Amino acid sequence: METTILFAPLVGALICGFGWRFIGQKAAMWTATGLLFLACLLSWIVFFTFDGQTQQIEIMRWIESGSLSTSWAIRLDRLTAIMLIVVTTVSALVHLYSFGYMDHDPQWREGESYKPRFFAYLSFFTFAMLALVTADNLVQMFFGWEGVGVASYLLIGFYYRKPSANAAAIKAFVVNRVGDFGFALGIFALFFLTDSINFSDIFASAPALAEEKLHFLWGEWTAIEVICVLLFIGAMGKSAQLILHTWLPDAMEGPTPVSALIHAATMVTAGVFLVCRMSPLMEFAPGATGFITFLGASTAFFAATVGLVQTDIKRVIAYSTCSQLGYMFVAAGVGMYSAAMFHLLTHAFFKALLFLGAGSVIHAMHHEQEMTEYGGLRKKIPYTFWAMMIGTLAITGVGIPLTQIGFAGFLSKDAIIESAFAGGTGFAFWMLVIAAMFTSFYSWRLIFLTFYGEPRGDKHTHEHAHESPLTMLVPLGALSLGAVFAGMIWYSNFFGHADKVGKFYGIPVAEASEYAEAGDHAAADTSHGEDSHGEDSHADESHADDSHADDAAHGGDHHYVFAGEPGEGALYMAPDNHVLDDAHAAPKWVKVSPFVAMLLGFVVAYWFYIVNTSLPARLAANQRPLYLFLLNKWYFDEIYDAVFVKPTVALGRFLWKRGDGNTIDGFLNGVAMGVVPFFTRLAGKAQTGYIFTYAFWMVLGLAALVTWMSIGGGAH
Amino acid sequence: MDNILSIVTFIPAIAAGILALFLHGEDVAAQRNAKWVALVATTVTFFVSIGIYSGFDPSNTGFQMVEEGRWLMGLKYKMGVDGISVLFVLLTTFIMPLTILASWNVTDRVKEYMIAFLLLETLMLGVFMALDLVLFYLFFEAGLIPMFLIIGIWGGKERIYASFKFFLYTFLGSVLMLVAMVAMYADAGITDIEALMSHQFSSESFSVLGIYVVGGMQTLMFLAFFASFAVKMPMWPVHTWLPDAHVQAPTAGSVVLAAILLKMGGYGFLRFSLPMFPVGSAVMTDLVLWMSAIAVVYTSLVALVQEDMKKLIAYSSVAHMGFVTMGIFAANQQGIDGAIFQMLSHGFISAALFLCVGVIYDRMHTRDIEAYGGLVIRMPAYALVFMLFTMANVGLPGTSGFIGEFLTLMGAFQVNTWVTAVAASGVIFSAAYALWLYRRVVFGDLIKESLKAITDMSSRERLIFAPLIVMTILLGVYPSLVTDVIGNSTAALISNYDTALAAAEAATQTAASH
Repeated sequence: METTILFAPLVGALICGFGWRFIGQKAAMWTATGLLFLACLLSWIVFFTFDGQTQQIEIMRWIESGSLSTSWAIRLDRLTAIMLIVVTTVSALVHLYSFGYMDHDPQWREGESYKPRFFAYLSFFTFAMLALVTADNLVQMFFGWEGVGVASYLLIGFYYRKPSANAAAIKAFVVNRVGDFGFALGIFALFFLTDSINFSDIFASAPALAEEKLHFLWGEWTAIEVICVLLFIGAMGKSAQLILHTWLPDAMEGPTPVSALIHAATMVTAGVFLVCRMSPLMEFAPGATGFITFLGASTAFFAATVGLVQTDIKRVIAYSTCSQLGYMFVAAGVGMYSAAMFHLLTHAFFKALLFLGAGSVIHAMHHEQEMTEYGGLRKKIPYTFWAMMIGTLAITGVGIPLTQIGFAGFLSKDAIIESAFAGGTGFAFWMLVIAAMFTSFYSWRLIFLTFYGEPRGDKHTHEHAHESPLTMLVPLGALSLGAVFAGMIWYSNFFGHADKVGKFYGIPVAEASEYAEAGDHAAADTSHGEDSHGEDSHADESHADDSHADDAAHGGDHHYVFAGEPGEGALYMAPDNHVLDDAHAAPKWVKVSPFVAMLLGFVVAYWFYIVNTSLPARLAANQRPLYLFLLNKWYFDEIYDAVFVKPTVALGRFLWKRGDGNTIDGFLNGVAMGVVPFFTRLAGKAQTGYIFTYAFWMVLGLAALVTWMSIGGGAH
Repeated sequence: MDNILSIVTFIPAIAAGILALFLHGEDVAAQRNAKWVALVATTVTFFVSIGIYSGFDPSNTGFQMVEEGRWLMGLKYKMGVDGISVLFVLLTTFIMPLTILASWNVTDRVKEYMIAFLLLETLMLGVFMALDLVLFYLFFEAGLIPMFLIIGIWGGKERIYASFKFFLYTFLGSVLMLVAMVAMYADAGITDIEALMSHQFSSESFSVLGIYVVGGMQTLMFLAFFASFAVKMPMWPVHTWLPDAHVQAPTAGSVVLAAILLKMGGYGFLRFSLPMFPVGSAVMTDLVLWMSAIAVVYTSLVALVQEDMKKLIAYSSVAHMGFVTMGIFAANQQGIDGAIFQMLSHGFISAALFLCVGVIYDRMHTRDIEAYGGLVIRMPAYALVFMLFTMANVGLPGTSGFIGEFLTLMGAFQVNTWVTAVAASGVIFSAAYALWLYRRVVFGDLIKESLKAITDMSSRERLIFAPLIVMTILLGVYPSLVTDVIGNSTAALISNYDTALAAAEAATQTAASH
């Protein structure tokens, strides 16, 4: 069944891409879509029937060289199962949605068939993404990793006539390659140290790696820290984290269904998935996870600030995606991998919903994307309005504080913010709370600018604004269900008590008291061999745990801790990882803070865009440097252009003209190649034909001689 | 068939002889006959060579199907294949029919053209199979002449300059190799390659002209061979002949040059340098690794700014060969497996890329990137093929290009992380130049008047690409087809290498303790 899920999209892509000339466009598109829905159905069956036991399904041998042995194989565990439903569900809905959205695309001329190609790319992307999430070794994961990169490249550049689309496509691929460079080095380092690239072997050797030293570039490092940082560099590229984020906003050049599927719900979360998948390593690398937390929090903040002032509807959502991914990395960084996965899941629903809703608006407004040209669309496209509204309620985190009732984003985002507090970094916590306020502001700003107020922009366009067809509204409805209920349904599995979470992921748990004894025993056992830093933090946290244990006892809860070995279950949380419990025990003001931030953002947005609509323009004029700074995305593109792109091209030109031309050829010409002009002159004088004919007969004679000799006297 | 190797080697030469002796005239019929003779001969060669593959026993690390006999003037004729060479033989026989097909529109001196290619095939096959020093040298050097002619006669405007540059560079490199070969004969008294591999050349350090030579004789011999193979490869900084040669060569010439001739350098390192001069190799390892890493980055950067399609791909070839030398001198299983794989894979991919240039050059008679744009609109099949090979060229997993790069980097990481990091940055640049090229040629709107009537690939052209596409994807998805064949020979090579180094080390220590 898992194999069918994996290959159905590939078959769909091939039939649709190559077969449409024979079976017709419509049939080809429905084949691809039908196979995707099949994969989706099977994925949900797998998700609900999965028993928590990790399974490995081998398909075929792949790269084998000496001790390196990789195969095409599927690793099925809870993490895979979650990703399966996320990927196939969003992908199936996006396929369906594309029937409507791509129907009459003004980018194409009469008679050009672009639709089967589009569907084939979408299906191919889905296959690559599934290969990524089902991988049982790092190299296969890398296959999916680069495969989704190609699909993304092809789809961003789908409108190949547009120079901007082509540029964005190349940028996305090349920036991702920078990340892949780190990822690949991480794989090499792992193979070098563990002699394997299979997950199970790597995980098993994680504790040993924490002890080992690796000489990498200029220094000696703790092996596991280097590996984790390198792998995270890969994740930064794919998940558009700060420094390597510049490609994501540009990627909005692709058709909107692509943005929903690839650049919001699935591909960009691959980095988060990678960090979670590598949790057995990450748990032993406090330095690397500290870096992940820091970078995730910074990205969440940075992207949210830029989102405040953008006017292109898709770019606002793109920055919002970037920011939300930062949240997930913070969760993973502080050790709450399950909270990261929780947000990944809910985010897939509400962000795909927002993008598809935005697509529906764009579709209604004849491909106008500037929000300054919208306004008052609530009545014209009511279904879209409600879908967007649900998406906004979900992303801003609307719910009843201190309960588990609320939209999907309320539960998952609060889980992350509480984890950030419990994980002990004030920086991450405050960054995320501020980002939550900004998120609320720009999300409501989007709603107010689009659906409320007076119609702005082209009158004709507004008059002809129309609701989208059913193929587009059905996916919106389905995703709305997810955006409303996903959080409440799965809260306890992802962020409930340790025993629930442990059961969900297949992680063994132990009674806290039992474990405490075992823990003392382990601490006494010197062969356990944690470094001094590890012991310090252990002591600190067990202290915190004591006070917390009292709370739990008062509450009458059963108290469990994670007690698995690295590689047991889908995630690994070290026995000294108490973030989950500490997050539950966080003070009330912490738990309420994201809600307050959300309210603040909403109020300011309401005041700016409903009550006093001239205020934003005046503020922008007053604070012009700040406004321009944000509008130009902190000038990252300009800086990169000046620091990397231009010098690289200049260096290339220099090496070509000066290096190859003057130095190498110049030198060799001087010494040895001085004879070339001489020969050329000679050849010119003696008529070119003559010298060549001579050489020609010479070699012919030589060959005849060799042949005769070998046949006559040689080969017996 | 006891002498299948000789049969495979000389079928093309015999066909060339038939053409030379029996085909007269320059009329259309004669031209057609010449093409068909060449096509049939190369195709038959390929099918016979499959016999070599099926008869080959991968578990045997020694030479197989060996033929041995006396030859003129007391020299020996000895041919044989092992895991390292057998696939290069197949690569050659596989590529040649395609090059003949790609030359179907040649009208100038067709007979001589076909003779040149057929002879070239014989000589190249000989290089990969020869097991005697003199025989090897003969094939190795003689192969220059047909290529020199192909560039010089059927090349572009600057063909004379390019052909002489090509000839002199490679010839001068080889002269040093000849000197070393004479020295080897003087030292060992034999020219049998198999026997020379187990002969130990002195590795005692000494001083010449005031320069202290670590590794002594071995280092000097290594350097002499290195001069030849490095030029052939080509390695930075002796690579500048290649872009000129490629640009001026006719399409089929470029294909053979990139797909097969360049591989002789890498093959030479594996056949001579590592097994015969292990100490010399070890002494020079760091230098070669760094030259490789620099080659990757340097030529990738240069490729980024090219305005001529063929030149760009030529520079990209040099970059890819950088991975090969890096893998070879990492001297471990992944490195050398990867290097061989990379050479084979590059044989398919670079051949296809030069053919891609050929397809539009045949139509527009220009290689200027500027002259194109928006081809996808009129040439969708071409766009697809070109995209596939562009992606294979940047090492996309799932294509054969990935496996070689990945394994060589993995091998190099175990030896030197700096070199690996520098070389790995090449994957970023390769993506940049390859996609940038593709964008300027294929994407964009089709606005140039001259391109408005351009036609998509003909069935002949599709037929040429089909086998290359199959191989590129097949090897990318199931690389064991290659690694199963080469794995044991590589392992034997490495274990001999390590043993020799350890022995030399022990000898030095004993000498020091006395």
